[in-house]
Amino acid sequence: MTATATVPAATVTTAPARKRIWSYWRFYLALSPFYVLFAVFGLYPMLSTIVLAFQRWDGMSARRFTGLGNFAFLVKDPTFWQALENTVVLFLMSTVPTLVLALLLAVMLQSAVRFTNVYRIAYFIPNVTSLVAMAIFFSSIFSTNFGLVNAALRSLGIPQQDWLGQPWGIKIAISTMIVWQWVGYNTLIYLAGLQAIPREQYEAAKVDGAGAVRTFFSITLPQLRPVVLFTVIMSTIGGLQTFTEPQVMVGNSGGTGQSGMTVVLFFYRAAFLDNDYGYAAAIALSIFVLVLLFTAINWRIFRGRGEDR
Amino acid sequence: MIRSRLRGIALHAALVLALLVFMFPFAWTILMASNTTADIYRFPPKFTFGGHFGENVHQVLANVAFFQSMANTAIVAVSTTALVLFFDSLAAFTFAKFRFPGRNALFVILLATMLLPAQLAAVPQFQTMAILGWVGSLKALIIPGAANAFGIFWMRQYFRNSIHDELVEAATLDGCGFFGTYWHVALPSARPALAFLGIFTFVGSWNDYMWPLIVLTNPDHLTLQVALSTLNRAHGVDYSMVMTGALLAMIPLVVVFAIFARQFVKGATEGAVRG
Repeated sequence: MTATATVPAATVTTAPARKRIWSYWRFYLALSPFYVLFAVFGLYPMLSTIVLAFQRWDGMSARRFTGLGNFAFLVKDPTFWQALENTVVLFLMSTVPTLVLALLLAVMLQSAVRFTNVYRIAYFIPNVTSLVAMAIFFSSIFSTNFGLVNAALRSLGIPQQDWLGQPWGIKIAISTMIVWQWVGYNTLIYLAGLQAIPREQYEAAKVDGAGAVRTFFSITLPQLRPVVLFTVIMSTIGGLQTFTEPQVMVGNSGGTGQSGMTVVLFFYRAAFLDNDYGYAAAIALSIFVLVLLFTAINWRIFRGRGEDR
Repeated sequence: MIRSRLRGIALHAALVLALLVFMFPFAWTILMASNTTADIYRFPPKFTFGGHFGENVHQVLANVAFFQSMANTAIVAVSTTALVLFFDSLAAFTFAKFRFPGRNALFVILLATMLLPAQLAAVPQFQTMAILGWVGSLKALIIPGAANAFGIFWMRQYFRNSIHDELVEAATLDGCGFFGTYWHVALPSARPALAFLGIFTFVGSWNDYMWPLIVLTNPDHLTLQVALSTLNRAHGVDYSMVMTGALLAMIPLVVVFAIFARQFVKGATEGAVRG
């Protein structure tokens, strides 16, 4: 309705508006590196991926349009479902212990008075070390005949296990590494959250005669909820992209029974080992849908947090 | 009194235990690197330093182009970090302190790009690299990562809170142009934020694995992570030698982290609590 009224006005101001936009060129120039790089190495490839997902292509011969063929194959591919299941199981096996241990450590760190900076920095170091180097390390300590884990079991009189040769062993080895790497990071985040809780609430609880456990569950945990949700979301997004740990520890095959095959490893294999580019594009799109799904959950949680305030 | 003392001791005992668990992989890596594989594989294993570190280093150098890989990784990590710090802070300053048509729309696009997983672009990106003739070249690792949405978002938050608009106006009135204001006013005040973004980018770039694995096709031009994985594939049984390589690959990261540890640990937690 208002469109007809504004058209003449817009026409009149066209020339000055154009001039004005041009006078901002410095700002656009300052922003351009990101947008140019994104257009060339982000947006264009992503659009191509969408087109590619509907084609068959081995990288050499002509592309063939197959419609939904790749997707139809994907939902019938047992490896895809297994990769999806592995990814979710690995995510649970690593995230739950990580967050519980991190919360425990953060509560302890908060009541410590001395050396807190030493602890913080030392706990964080696993997070900034070489992923490949540590994946090799963890595969060495889980090695069947020579690994440290089996040496410890033998000294306790327990028979040694073929850790990297069995489906559950592979998952334990991979998630142990993820736990080791991420406990410290989450501890620091929880610690920062704990320090933001007002002191008065604890004093009031003390006056009311609440014990340590009671205080933890009725004050600490509810106050920490947004921070806990943040760590859950970060772990989910990280967990969906697990690639280096299984790739280095059990190889491109995903190990015995493909039990270390994650969705991203499945994608990598289809694209860069099998040269099945169209199929890989379909897998990439499915990863994108997964991330979107979790982002939607993320968005809901953060909106919920806003309403709490 | 005694009870609270005991509690304090128990608390630190638990915290130290956790510290030992976190440090154990590094200690064990050093032990493996200084012994022969046979020593490590003995039962019970050898828990003392051996004199074989030099020999193990020699083995690593004989099996992969270690110094070449180290140099490649350093070139990629240093140039990526420098470019990211410059481009991201410049864009962030523009977003934080100036008004111009399309600002909000551009910022929303920026935030949206953070949701896109890297795999979504990997296949055509490889084709683009092939067309540009960058397959096998370090450019393929440096250029696509030269500016990123996370860093712009992070620096913008910092500029918004730490620089007063009056300061920017005063600098502009004094004849400092847009770029001059960025260079002389914004950058010097943003050191802590730049330190965090710098180390975050450096560590990420140093450790990047999947993309270098895809795009670096020439065995003489690998990055450290890819070189390490080929070492593991080919000589997985000789763990002492492989772990020596792993140890050498970690040293630069530990040094960089040690220099900036306080700032980085502080910066890493800020986003979560403020967020």
